[in-house]
Amino acid sequence: MELIIALGIGTFAGCGVWLMLRPRTFQVVLGLSFLSYAVNLFIFVMGWVRGGRPPFIEPALPADASAFADPLPQALVLTAIVIAFATTALLLVVLLAARGLTGTDHVDGEEPAE
Amino acid sequence: MIEHLVVAPIVLPLAIAGALLLVDDRHHRAKASLSLAGALALLGIAALLVARADLATTHVYRLGGWPAPFGIVLVADRLSAAMVLLAAALAVSALWFSLARWHRAGPHFHTFVHFLLAGLNGAFLTGDVFNLFVFFELLLAASYALALYGGGAQRVRASLHYIVVNLAASLLFLIGVSLVYGVTGTLNMADIAVRVGALAAEDRVLAEIGIGVLAVAFFIKSGMWPLGFWLAPAYAAASAPAAAIFSILTKVGIYAVLRLWLLVFGGTSGAELLAFGGMATLLYGVVGMLASQRLGVLAGYGLLVSSGTLLAAIGLGGASATAAGLYYLGVSTLGVAAFFLLIELVERAREAGADVLAVTAEAFGVRTDEEEEEVGFAVPAAMAFLGLAFLACGLVISGLPPLGGFLAKFALMHALLREEASITAWSVSALLLGSGLAATVAFGRAGVRIFWASERVPPTIRLAEIAPIAALLALCVGLTVLAGPVLDYLGAGARVLHAPAAYIEEVLGR
Repeated sequence: MELIIALGIGTFAGCGVWLMLRPRTFQVVLGLSFLSYAVNLFIFVMGWVRGGRPPFIEPALPADASAFADPLPQALVLTAIVIAFATTALLLVVLLAARGLTGTDHVDGEEPAE
Repeated sequence: MIEHLVVAPIVLPLAIAGALLLVDDRHHRAKASLSLAGALALLGIAALLVARADLATTHVYRLGGWPAPFGIVLVADRLSAAMVLLAAALAVSALWFSLARWHRAGPHFHTFVHFLLAGLNGAFLTGDVFNLFVFFELLLAASYALALYGGGAQRVRASLHYIVVNLAASLLFLIGVSLVYGVTGTLNMADIAVRVGALAAEDRVLAEIGIGVLAVAFFIKSGMWPLGFWLAPAYAAASAPAAAIFSILTKVGIYAVLRLWLLVFGGTSGAELLAFGGMATLLYGVVGMLASQRLGVLAGYGLLVSSGTLLAAIGLGGASATAAGLYYLGVSTLGVAAFFLLIELVERAREAGADVLAVTAEAFGVRTDEEEEEVGFAVPAAMAFLGLAFLACGLVISGLPPLGGFLAKFALMHALLREEASITAWSVSALLLGSGLAATVAFGRAGVRIFWASERVPPTIRLAEIAPIAALLALCVGLTVLAGPVLDYLGAGARVLHAPAAYIEEVLGR
């Protein structure tokens, strides 16, 4: 399970970095989204990968740290997702404005000289 | 009741921003008065916090009454209180300046400024790393809007880069925070400091990597070379009042480095990186200043010089160098902010397009209510004021006597060379002197081009535009006159930073 998640995070991050370095604004937005998926998974994994355990202490069970999942990374991920969502929306608006004002979707606002 | 004062700098701007959203843009007078009243109230609160930071009473505010490290704490020690005061002073002058015309150039200017203030104050006051991230995002989101404020292709193009770079930096921030949490199991800064000290060697490496990634994020925000290429174009393109407030944004990164690095590592590991990174930034800023053709870009590189100086001072020195650095931080931020506001007026004297627009508006009989309330005066008083203000900004930024920039640099070099007269300390001092010379050259050249040019158009400037610049420069003069008490205060704050046991004890309540 750890291997799959690690590979998944690596793939997302790799795709994200590659796309973020591309010259078109839409690719950059997609790259940032991929990177934020990778980061969200990474935060989640920091609470350790444990299946089938609730993120709270059940009264019936003893208060044992290994019997429940860490709830804090889940809360952090939620916050990070919301913030990434909002900033991506903002960036999309800026992208459209830049496309409209400069007439090109190149990140520098002008096509490179041939 | 008075203990709730610590949370007021965050709650008040949020409430004002929310209330401003409800007021329609047509009632711009009501909006402006509410916004300015809020900023002035914030200034008062910040001054009270600064005064109270000297008392021996508790400075920790536990949100919701939850004990640390489980709840989130706010800490108003001397450094935090001083930063909040600086942010409030900048906000008041920028809002005041915007009243002349900028606040009506687009929707929700005041709202954005107050959200930015909430984020800034939260970042300065919080004692929790994830909370720091959230406040960073709040201030960045508001700063994106302010960077775009006024519109135009130039701004949108510059803002696009600014937003993408800062989003990437935020992702690095998250990676760093989660690594630190994964190793130490806590997000409270004081608790992190305690637990990192008690870690096993292999876990300590992970924690150091986490803090290293965090530091990269802070370095991007503070514009350290080679991570600061985004700064000058974005700040030069922003509207004048927005750019004036932005001059404190780089200091947020510096503040975070200062706080976390001294708290967790006690200023040991990574000191060389800070010192050399700071020197490289200083050098890059100096070269940029000399090469810049436009005043906005010049001011942007001035900010980089100030970031570089601060990073080198933090990395090299002990408590007295930090205190001198903090004094420099205040003076240089005020100076650059005044310069950003001044640029707008100076450029108006040279902007051909603006005059054509004014002429056509007159020819077509277009009269706005703006013209009727105009309290403008043309040459020679306007030009004389601009020249004097330009001179004062140049003196502060390049660090020439008699203004505060000189005292700050002198105190810094004194502290560096007295504490350890190493080669690094000598080269930082040489760079400081060299940067002063380069800044003098750059300012002199720009001043000659602007004020001694033969065909200049006397600009019409208003009292609302002159007053905030004069106020910022008066603050610089005040900091110069009161350098003794201010340096004492900052010195006490810096000593606490360098001996973090008291901070940890107070936050964790042990």
